[in-house]
Amino acid sequence: MQASFAPKERSGGVVGWFVTNIGRILISVFVPFVTFLVLWRGFIFLRDSQAPQLVIVVVAIIWGVGGVALLYLASNWVIEQLPQAWTRRLQPFVFVGPAIAILFWYLAIPTIRTLLLSFQDETSTTFTGIENYVFALTDRVMLEAFRNNLLWMIVGTFFCVSLGLLIAVLADRSRFETIYKAIIFMPMAISFVGAGVIWKFIYTYKGEGTGIAEIGLLNAIVLALGGKSQPWLLIPPWNNLFLIVIMIWLQTGYAMVIISSAIKGIQSELLEAARVDGANEIRIFFSIIIPSIKGTLITVTTTILIFSLKLFDIVRVMTGGNNGTNVIANEFYLQRFTYGHTGRASAIAIILLIAVIPIMVYNLRQFRERKAF
Amino acid sequence: MASVTYRNVIKKFGEVYAVNNLNIEIADKEFLVLVGPSGCGKTTALRCLAGLEEVTSGEVLIGDQVVNDVPPKDRDIAMVFQSYALYPHMSVFDNMAFGLKLRKVPKDEIKRRVEEAAQILGIEHLLKRKPRELSGGQRQRVAVGRAIVREPKVFLFDEPLSNLDAKLRVQTRAEISKLHQRLQTTFIYVTHDQTEAMTMATRIAVMNKGILQQLDTPQNLYDTPGNLFVAGFIGSPSMNFFPAKLEKADSKLVVKADGFSVNIPDDRAQPYYPLVGKEIIFGIRPEDIHNPTFLPPGIHASNVEAKVDVTELMGNEIFLYLVSGKDSYIARVDPRTRFAIGDKVQVAFNMDKFHIFDPSVDRENPPAVR
Repeated sequence: MQASFAPKERSGGVVGWFVTNIGRILISVFVPFVTFLVLWRGFIFLRDSQAPQLVIVVVAIIWGVGGVALLYLASNWVIEQLPQAWTRRLQPFVFVGPAIAILFWYLAIPTIRTLLLSFQDETSTTFTGIENYVFALTDRVMLEAFRNNLLWMIVGTFFCVSLGLLIAVLADRSRFETIYKAIIFMPMAISFVGAGVIWKFIYTYKGEGTGIAEIGLLNAIVLALGGKSQPWLLIPPWNNLFLIVIMIWLQTGYAMVIISSAIKGIQSELLEAARVDGANEIRIFFSIIIPSIKGTLITVTTTILIFSLKLFDIVRVMTGGNNGTNVIANEFYLQRFTYGHTGRASAIAIILLIAVIPIMVYNLRQFRERKAF
Repeated sequence: MASVTYRNVIKKFGEVYAVNNLNIEIADKEFLVLVGPSGCGKTTALRCLAGLEEVTSGEVLIGDQVVNDVPPKDRDIAMVFQSYALYPHMSVFDNMAFGLKLRKVPKDEIKRRVEEAAQILGIEHLLKRKPRELSGGQRQRVAVGRAIVREPKVFLFDEPLSNLDAKLRVQTRAEISKLHQRLQTTFIYVTHDQTEAMTMATRIAVMNKGILQQLDTPQNLYDTPGNLFVAGFIGSPSMNFFPAKLEKADSKLVVKADGFSVNIPDDRAQPYYPLVGKEIIFGIRPEDIHNPTFLPPGIHASNVEAKVDVTELMGNEIFLYLVSGKDSYIARVDPRTRFAIGDKVQVAFNMDKFHIFDPSVDRENPPAVR
């Protein structure tokens, strides 16, 4: 199969090359198209049936899985009846092609559509040039969102990764490693919205006045220490940091687990050699452990960076982006679903996409260097 | 340069004794090899000296200083690990210079020492490469180089040749011996390979199950093993053992095994009189069993009838796998021997070179009687 990618294959002339690729595209589109038809017919048939539910479920599974499998087998058989040279050229596309075609349908087409919409007005009827982009890059609300996202990326990522690293290294030397790690990792199982609700209780502020009791955990601590209760989520710019703490709480576990497994992968003789060579533990950490897990650190950092760039849920649930806590993704949501300005929302989405690309590319390059692909 | 002393060293892992009451005094500039089967505690003993394991009790001394509580970095030792443990993200130069940098040696001094060591080991052209770009043999040299640039008091080697192919192993063995000559420093070397031990050591410490079995020069260890374990471990192919009974007939001492009986020469009989009538283990090395046709002159030979089971021609000698009674054993005989499989033949035991072990003292590991 690999031979079809070799340059020799293409020497069949321009016509051959053209026919080959047309064939590949046709196969890639034809197979998922027929799949869809088969599934759709099955859906219609079962929807109108009066059979007991269990039978419908079983038939649906057999129809769905069996139908698709049969389709692949049949297409593969057809391709194998062609002359051998053609089989070799086309066969990979029976299997890879549909996946690429569907991916194109669900990813590339929406992206292109979003790009088009971003140059149109709020009703998506007339082209307005780069007006939406001018808005997205100059509006006061947007600039605040950019600033906050930068804060999320720098502070959030820094603490997630460094705390994760610190805990991973320290836990590695502890007898209770699994217990510590389980506790730190646990918040990972909570959704961002769920975490938002939990932390809302922690930051709750009831205000001053007679008969009002503070129920928030943080204010309870402040009051117990003799302080004055604070409206934590209403004081810019600190409220941003209070929100970032939630992400740190959620994501440190992720960083820790990945880094911890990388640390465990370091050969113990390497650390012993450094010890014999005369290094103290701090030197070993910086000269041996950090370089050994560099790749993992970069992966974790970029993953959390992308995460904080497209952060949405926490802000949406906790403050709705008010009081100077707005972020790009939340503004996008507001523009699209609250203000109904599709053009501006699309422009913001495109900007977010462009901002993610460099990190993504760097991440992929790292993977390639480590031969992860 | 320094002496090393193990004084009543015990190392326990849980309830298991990895090293059990080890006492060794290693002189300055000595090449001591710790040898034994895997799990015998030799590596643990070495790691206790390096400071990578804490001893449970007893003392480890480098020079006159007890180093039990001294961290590895302050012990002034260098170690070559079995896996070499080169730092993968550093170049060969940086690997070798790492220990010197940590000791704040001036830059030009580091450069001089690394280049000198690289020249000794023939790896000057590799200094800029990363460990993953080196072959196994080259990595091994870098690991040795990293140890020697430090100019430590003691060198520790933990099975450094076990990852090399047979040919390279022989060559590197000789180079390590030469290095010892050149550096005039104490070397402590751990291996499970008795050939390595025999060829390199000034003295060998044979260990088994955490216990030091015998500590002696290679020749003495070979000629006069102290017990059955040492006798069986040192030498290849290993010594033949026969359960036998010692009897007295016509004022002569006779070893009666299942398939043969041989006379002990009068001049060696003295120590064995107390064992008369007892069960013993009779040991003889394969090279002390000869083809009677090619008998070396001047030895006390005692003929034994045997059946040839297998013959292996090695070129310069023949290994005969022989059976007498219930016992099977190996003989290394003259290559001119023409014995065929299945033949009933006479072989001659050299009765100047036998060993007798007394199982009544220790059934598991009978001591030699001399």
